[in-house]
Amino acid sequence: MEFYFALATLFGFRILLGLSAYVVILTGQISMAQAGFYALGAYTAGAATALWGWPIVPAVLLGAIVGAVFGFLVGFPALRVRGLFLVIATLAFTEIVRMVFLNLKYTIRVGDRTIGPAAAEGFRGITYYFENGWSSLQIAGFTWLFVLAVLLAFWLMDRSRAGVVLRAVGEDELAASSVGINLTAAKVSAMTLGGLVAGLAGALYAHYATYLSQEEFGVLLASFAVAYPLIGGTGSVLGPIAGVLFFSLLIDGLRFLGDWRNLLFGVLIVAMMNVRPHGIIDVRLVRRLAALLRPAPKRAYAGD
Amino acid sequence: MLAIERLSKQFGGVKAVQHVDLDVRQNEILGLIGPNGSGKSTIVNLVTGVFPPTEGRVRFKDGDITGWPPHRVLAAGVGRTFQSIRLFGGLTVWQNLWVAQNAQSEGGRGVLRRWLAVDRASMTKIEATLEFCRLLDKKDELASNLAFGDQRRLELARTLAAEPDLLLLDEPAAGMNAAEIEDLRERLLALKRRGKTIVLIEHHMELVMTVAERVAVLNFGQKIAEGRPAAVQDDERVREAYLGQRR
Repeated sequence: MEFYFALATLFGFRILLGLSAYVVILTGQISMAQAGFYALGAYTAGAATALWGWPIVPAVLLGAIVGAVFGFLVGFPALRVRGLFLVIATLAFTEIVRMVFLNLKYTIRVGDRTIGPAAAEGFRGITYYFENGWSSLQIAGFTWLFVLAVLLAFWLMDRSRAGVVLRAVGEDELAASSVGINLTAAKVSAMTLGGLVAGLAGALYAHYATYLSQEEFGVLLASFAVAYPLIGGTGSVLGPIAGVLFFSLLIDGLRFLGDWRNLLFGVLIVAMMNVRPHGIIDVRLVRRLAALLRPAPKRAYAGD
Repeated sequence: MLAIERLSKQFGGVKAVQHVDLDVRQNEILGLIGPNGSGKSTIVNLVTGVFPPTEGRVRFKDGDITGWPPHRVLAAGVGRTFQSIRLFGGLTVWQNLWVAQNAQSEGGRGVLRRWLAVDRASMTKIEATLEFCRLLDKKDELASNLAFGDQRRLELARTLAAEPDLLLLDEPAAGMNAAEIEDLRERLLALKRRGKTIVLIEHHMELVMTVAERVAVLNFGQKIAEGRPAAVQDDERVREAYLGQRR
């Protein structure tokens, strides 16, 4: 059972990370900065409980807010570049964050233990869950409380005009601005919201992992963050979840193949992009599912 | 209503628009014609702030809107359509209009209403606009699934949803068949009756000559003629621009 609770918790972080990239992708931007926001959230929340003795809930919220603040700040320069240039620019941000944590030394001694970010040695001693005797079930439940809250918020956003406006910006920026959409506001909002959710994911992750090392928060994590919604589809919030399931099942489910796994992993991603270029759950699939769930509209067809 | 003064735009060495003066009067339909590449769309892009002019001013309702970003130009009351159709293909027909429905905010209490659920009043307005453009039965279709003529209609409907006072229509009849053009003519005249002012950029001469009260002609980025349709048609320089010099 422990294994499944741990797995559910891990899935929770990945889904949150995927959702943070999802909201940015809606506006047509591919951001590699999500890993940077995740790292900032993780280190901040970790420091809050381990160094400053904060309770877990405010610490996690602080991590999310720090992610949002950096999302807001990255949003403005990111407006000037798009496409591949935005990918490079945001990747640079993630690398800068990583380099800062590689050099950040801010530790305290508690008894015979050193706690806090110790530069290249990593951040040890984020033991809030352990100290408070949380079970795996409690950790999974706490994590999923946030996952469900974000899912619900995004699901509602997708139905609101705000969500439709973000999609409109992603479809055609010039057309959106010509019907009155402030592109700066739309893109910076999406980036801020993405930073908030990535920061939240990082904050939760820090307490699960208990130890943070900057090398976890690099290109690979940034790539997975955008791959979840891209492969899973951006038709609905279910897309990033589908993406997480796809990757996680591939990574863990194909272990029996040994070295062949990496090869098949790549082949499956390429195949997936060909079969469903807009992701597993795209706009059209969402519409078809919605039509199935809705009672059939009564229409009078003349002739045919 | 709209006053363009010595407007110029240079792209590198290319003078796309050179010192063009143009006055659009309240509630008129002004035809803007000229051969391909004469700078018609560039003028629309300059007025709506897609790019800033190299020189000159744009005034709208006594305010200077030169160089304003597109969303502020729209909020001031200038709407436009695109020559190449630019719809939000992944959104449904009515959602395309919902996005545009933002200029008419009603103060602070409207914030939640504007950004959250679609309320009855907005939906009624959207449906009325769709009905006017004969798209009501396609309300829930994806915009990208529409036939070409319907996509052109949706471009117009989306701009109308933003409730601008001045409409800059960039070749709204391009690619339409005769029946669709006839329908468009009716829509344009109906809009005029509703008090809208329209600048109609069009290659379809028959349409321009029958709906426009005045016509301005561009050639190589310069205005070469302006006046009543019949007078412009007889203008020697206009004939030269379209047909070439008489030998």
